[in-house]
Amino acid sequence: MCFHWHIGTSAHWHINTMTEHHIKLPEGSIEKTTTTLNLGPTHPATHGVFQNILELDGERIVSAEQTVGYIHRAFEKIAERRPLYQITPLTDRLNYCSSPINNMGWHLVCEKLLHIKTPKRVDYMRVIIMELARISDHLICNSVVGVDSGAFTGFLYVMQYRELIYEIYEEICGSRLTTNMGRIGGFERNFNSTVFAKLEKFLKEYPAVLREFENLFTRNRIFMDRTIGTGGISAERALNYGFTGPNLRAAGVDYDVRVHTPYSSYEDFDFVIPVGKTGDTYDRFLVRNQEMWESLKIIEQAYRKVQEFKGADAEVYHADVPEYFLPEKSDVYTKMEALIWHFKIVMGETEIPPGEVYHSVEGGNGELGFYLISDGGRAPYRLHFRRPCFIYYQAYSELTQGSMLSDAVLTMSSLNLIAGEMDA
Amino acid sequence: MVSNDIVKQRLTEHFGEQVSNFEEPYGMLSFESPKDLNLKLLQFLYDDPELRFQFLTDLTAVHYPHQKGRELAVVYHLHNLIDNIRIRYKVFTDIEKPDVFTATKLYSSANWMERETYDFYGIIFVGHPNLKRILNVDEMNYFPMRKEYPLEDQTRIDKDDAMFGR
Repeated sequence: MCFHWHIGTSAHWHINTMTEHHIKLPEGSIEKTTTTLNLGPTHPATHGVFQNILELDGERIVSAEQTVGYIHRAFEKIAERRPLYQITPLTDRLNYCSSPINNMGWHLVCEKLLHIKTPKRVDYMRVIIMELARISDHLICNSVVGVDSGAFTGFLYVMQYRELIYEIYEEICGSRLTTNMGRIGGFERNFNSTVFAKLEKFLKEYPAVLREFENLFTRNRIFMDRTIGTGGISAERALNYGFTGPNLRAAGVDYDVRVHTPYSSYEDFDFVIPVGKTGDTYDRFLVRNQEMWESLKIIEQAYRKVQEFKGADAEVYHADVPEYFLPEKSDVYTKMEALIWHFKIVMGETEIPPGEVYHSVEGGNGELGFYLISDGGRAPYRLHFRRPCFIYYQAYSELTQGSMLSDAVLTMSSLNLIAGEMDA
Repeated sequence: MVSNDIVKQRLTEHFGEQVSNFEEPYGMLSFESPKDLNLKLLQFLYDDPELRFQFLTDLTAVHYPHQKGRELAVVYHLHNLIDNIRIRYKVFTDIEKPDVFTATKLYSSANWMERETYDFYGIIFVGHPNLKRILNVDEMNYFPMRKEYPLEDQTRIDKDDAMFGR
């Protein structure tokens, strides 16, 4: 009897039928052949659309080859036809677990190009939002590490606190996942009292939740056995592979864009950069958890600073840049000047001054850089995103070589690979 | 502490006239060199005990169709993490013969970044271990980020797309 499978390259499980003499098995292997396993592109363990072609000796990984590009959307090309403010929604879809960071990173690049100085209050409001986004990003990553190691509870438990963060976003900009938040120069409107009420609720309730989440995992014997010593990388290799963010810090390098090149007034805040030692899955988990505590500290400080503004200062939510900041609707209907600016912005008739600028922010999983070249036209001449995920995913085969398949799944989720950011 | 002036001085000392076009847009030192010098220069920046540009932040390309003989620019963003200083280094190449030496021996991170650059601009990185398309399909026979492929005009009327409301 003979079975023919005609599923083409999208076959989920594909048993290697090569004859024995083609295959180099590791020393001491009891298997007769290696098995090729397509982990992805739509495997439940990949948490995103990307593929790993694993060469397995039993359950041990001989080699891994990564394929990306399944959700490539040509953002860099599209950006060459769009005015600056229309590029913000594209950045939402990079790392969609923390899209406000991408939005504000993009606005900061534009402001750098246009020499716009934002008021302090705007900076602090941005810091609050960016740190909330970082918490929600790390929260997802760490709880998914839990899910992949067999502990679903943590994931379900923290989800309602991500929900709280999303409600704050919703109150500010009306959307939750792809936020398109803010404008060049500041925010589209001032934070209302509900935002602050929800923020206070979050600040009050979240520490206990995070502590409980840590209780579930950090000293959990099973979790430790699964994660300690798997997917580790040395600091030298991590740097050579272009790691940034929590994954680099887990390997012991205290590089953080917020501290090295402060943007949005991060120099006004007091926080520490947590670092790990071995760069393994467990250290990555610990670093992310610790960073959430630091983010909470930053949010508290920023919230206090925002509260200190009194009178007219407390109404400031954007810089005075009429060429780029959409005027309020009521003004558009009643004031000539506002109408003109509105028309020019919406029709994309504002010329961008020529210049070449690189600016980066500390995204959810590393240095998110924007390289923007303008030739004086209405859209960027060239825009390149430095996507941290894309750069460090290539280390995956080195991280997993010789490890078990189930550990490789954990390594993948602890790297926080976001397909949207990889493909851009 | 390394500053832009020191980097500039060390480079001119070592490479003389070949490193040129020093600029400092928005505070970041930017310069260019002939393309066959790129590996030597990157290695020098990496090894020099003072400069220590050992982190490749970003590698990409830009297409300038009107510059005859130097249509494509490969742009390296390097970072000295110890002194926290960034530089931008460009090499220009002819679009007819777009071959540039690979930096993968120096930086493992360059592997995919160069593949991406090849994928979108068609720059051949000589010596690259696995130079094939990464984000686009393998069957594609053009390099889509080049300027001769503009995005479709949103207002075109020659298309009959009644089904999709255009």
